[in-house]
Amino acid sequence: MAQMHVDVLLFASAAEAVGAPRLTLALEPGAVVGDAVQAARDRAGAVGLPDGVLVARNEAYARLDDLLGDGDEVAIIPPVAGG
Amino acid sequence: MSTPQRIVDRPVDLAGLVASVTHPGAGAIVTFAGTVRDRNQGQAVTGIEYSAYRSMAERELAAILVEAEQRLPGLRAAAEHRVGTLDVGEPSVAIATSHPHRAEAYEGNRYVIEELKRRLPVWKRELYVDGTREWVAAAPAVEAGR
Repeated sequence: MAQMHVDVLLFASAAEAVGAPRLTLALEPGAVVGDAVQAARDRAGAVGLPDGVLVARNEAYARLDDLLGDGDEVAIIPPVAGG
Repeated sequence: MSTPQRIVDRPVDLAGLVASVTHPGAGAIVTFAGTVRDRNQGQAVTGIEYSAYRSMAERELAAILVEAEQRLPGLRAAAEHRVGTLDVGEPSVAIATSHPHRAEAYEGNRYVIEELKRRLPVWKRELYVDGTREWVAAAPAVEAGR
């Protein structure tokens, strides 16, 4: 089966840890949100992603076991600090 | 009517928000402005850089306003959050709520700021007098609402 392409957006301290604001991943069908997070975690190396990151899929908060589809946009969301 | 942009690069427009919730049935209008404070946890702060996951923040803020209006029938709620580098004293967020009665106007306004702080994908980095800067972690979830 064809691989899926998933964009991973990184923000704030997570973008700094990974050294880029965006990753494009090729994942096998059946991959879940957590797989995209793990890929980002691997790229973050020794610095590591910040504690307590949340994740969004296509601009809505998602769970790590949510299934991904081709063309999905996953966002790594470090602890928010609006206001 | 086009959807208003609620994540903005310009100063927040509190007067515009008030105007947008003003109507003849409103007996109370509550406004909130969150401003950049000159100290945080003992350190002198000269400014704050705000950034956002802009498209999601627009959606999330719109959803929070709708939730507030659904929880408190008769409420009208409007809000803006600014991104970019702000000086001490500048407002980063502004919220206006109206209702026939003041209790609901206050409650709705409080709901919007607390949910926004909990959920809006916005980050800030404080700038200090010595030239350093640090990401600010929000209060843990259990502290939200305080």
